[in-house]
Amino acid sequence: MSPEWVAILVAAAGCYALKVAGVSVPQRVLAHPVAERVAALIPVALLAALVAVQVLADGQSLTLDARLLGLGVAVALLLVRAPFLVVVVAAAAAAALGRLLG
Amino acid sequence: MTAPTDRTVVADSLGVGVATGAYGVSFGALATASGLDVWQACALSVLVFTGASQFAFVGVVAAGGAPLAGSATALLLGSRNLFYGLALAPRLRLRGWRRLLAAQVVIDESTAMSLGQDDERQARLAFHLTGWSVFVLWNLMTLVGALAGTAIGDPRTFGLDAAVGAAFLALLWPRLTAWPQRVVAVVGAAAATGLVPWTPAGVPVIVGGLVAVVAGLLLRPEPERKEREREEVAP
Repeated sequence: MSPEWVAILVAAAGCYALKVAGVSVPQRVLAHPVAERVAALIPVALLAALVAVQVLADGQSLTLDARLLGLGVAVALLLVRAPFLVVVVAAAAAAALGRLLG
Repeated sequence: MTAPTDRTVVADSLGVGVATGAYGVSFGALATASGLDVWQACALSVLVFTGASQFAFVGVVAAGGAPLAGSATALLLGSRNLFYGLALAPRLRLRGWRRLLAAQVVIDESTAMSLGQDDERQARLAFHLTGWSVFVLWNLMTLVGALAGTAIGDPRTFGLDAAVGAAFLALLWPRLTAWPQRVVAVVGAAAATGLVPWTPAGVPVIVGGLVAVVAGLLLRPEPERKEREREEVAP
């Protein structure tokens, strides 16, 4: 087997093991009050971090580009309570248009 | 925002699935450009199936690094899926072979879509639909990208990268009704952004998220304070 295939299979086995470990932690670990508070905070913290990285990161550098324009449109639409898909499609359209014109 | 119906959960999940899956084209093209063959590109998408890890792997190979160094980088980045699993486990309530199957689609998008739902059944629906629609499209588009190489246009031309960010924000939005949550969100976003130049891709989300959770724990939660006051005035 070539070194590439060995490396691919090692990465596959390891990444899968990490995924299985995460969903296999016993439920009683999460019954503790602090664990419950942490579990409630995780969605807000992770979603916010995901938004920031998705919009600002380009590999390991930070860039201000059309994605920020898309996010601005998303914020404006969320403020007027637009539905989810309208927000998403409008953000994509704004970024695409920004790139076309920019 | 009013409580979403099953139909909106389905539409939203498939929307994120399509937007994310389209990125498989850029992965397939990049993988073959870095010297892997079409089968190796497809094997990475089927078996590793976690975007940042896959890009990191081909990045190391493209830079002339040892393939096993690519594996190590992929594992480091894949560690965030362990934390996603911790958050998802109580909602998914999976057993046996179903858990082993579902684990493969524990990724950024399925986690975000699932954690965005308040109803447990809809959280499961969003997880499976998003995860598997991304899986199918990501693999299909990897094959297309690997075959077509760089001939296919950049998905960024269609603003799909901005669409994913907007989707995450739309999921976060209804949770920002109280100040502690807003502080946690701002800390999470700021910490993750600050970490981007200093850490490999994938790390800022995990570390930024953990920093924000710790910050949230240090803030005294509103309901507990009220309860304590009530106890104090009680005879």
